[in-house]
Amino acid sequence: MSEIPVIDQEKCNGCGLCINVCSCKSLMLSGNVITFVETGNCGWCTWCEAVCPMGAIRCPFDIVLEER
Amino acid sequence: MAIQAEFIKSIPYFSGLSPAELDPLRGLIFETTADRGEFIVLESEPAEALYFVVSGVVKVFKTSADGREQILQIVRPGESFNDAPIFDGGANPASAQAMGPVVLYGIKNSDMSSILRSHPRVALNVINVLSQKMRHLVSLVEDLSFRHVTARLAKILLEYAGDGVGPSKPRLTQQEMAAMAGTAREMIGRSLKELEDEGIIRLDHHRIVVTDKEALKKWAGVVE
Repeated sequence: MSEIPVIDQEKCNGCGLCINVCSCKSLMLSGNVITFVETGNCGWCTWCEAVCPMGAIRCPFDIVLEER
Repeated sequence: MAIQAEFIKSIPYFSGLSPAELDPLRGLIFETTADRGEFIVLESEPAEALYFVVSGVVKVFKTSADGREQILQIVRPGESFNDAPIFDGGANPASAQAMGPVVLYGIKNSDMSSILRSHPRVALNVINVLSQKMRHLVSLVEDLSFRHVTARLAKILLEYAGDGVGPSKPRLTQQEMAAMAGTAREMIGRSLKELEDEGIIRLDHHRIVVTDKEALKKWAGVVE
C-alpha cells in the first residue's frame, strides 16, 4: 500500500470539499466523515489538505537528500 | 513509568552533573504524554512547567488574531521548550502542540528554581541553552526580515532533509512549512515549483528529494 494522506476523522465535518478537488477519486464520505479509498492513484497533489476548513487532512512530506 | 537516568544525563540542562547530583533530581521530574494535535501549553496561560521532549516532535508557535501560525521552533528529542517563564515568572510565551505521539519530561517552575539555586552548574548550562535559543530566534527574525520565501523554504528543506543515516527528521506538510517560513501555504507551493523547475528538488509523491544540495545552499544563503 502506498503512502496515503492522514485523515483525522474526529476533526472532519463531512463538508466534502476534499472530494470535489480530488482528481484521482481517492476520497469518499462514509458515515458523514471522509475516508481514503486505496485506488493507487493518489498523486499527492495535497489539494485535499489545502481546501479542508477543519485541518482534518494532512499530506506530510519526507524531505530526503538524493543518494549519489 | 520510571524516569530514565540515561536520558536525563543527555539533556543539555543537566550536562556535567555527577550521578550523585542527578539522582535526587529524578524525583522532581514528571512524565507526561500527548497525542498528535494535542496542546501541551497554551500561549498566554499561566506557566506551570518546563518540558523536555523524550520522543516525538513538538511545534512551538504563535498565533495571530486572524488565526495564522508562525512556528518558532520544532522541538526534537533532548530539547526543551517553555523555558522562559522559569526566569521571568511570566505566562507561556507561545503555544506548544504535539506533531505526533510524544513523551515528555516536565519540571515544575518552582522545582526548577530550587535546582538552579542548589546547582550552579545547571545555571551555567541553562545560560548556554538560552543563548542557543536566542541565536535561533535572531536567525528567524533575519529570515523573516531579509530573505524572500523561496530562500526561507530552501533553508527549511536543508534543515529537515534526512540522509537516511542520522536520526529521522519530522515530516512536514506544506502548511507547516508555511508556518515556519512566515508565509501562506500557496506561496510554499509556488516556491516548491520554482525549486523543482530549477532542478534543485524533485517532488516524488510524498517525498521532496533534494537533487542539488549545493544549489539549495546557495538559495538559502548558507555560507560555509
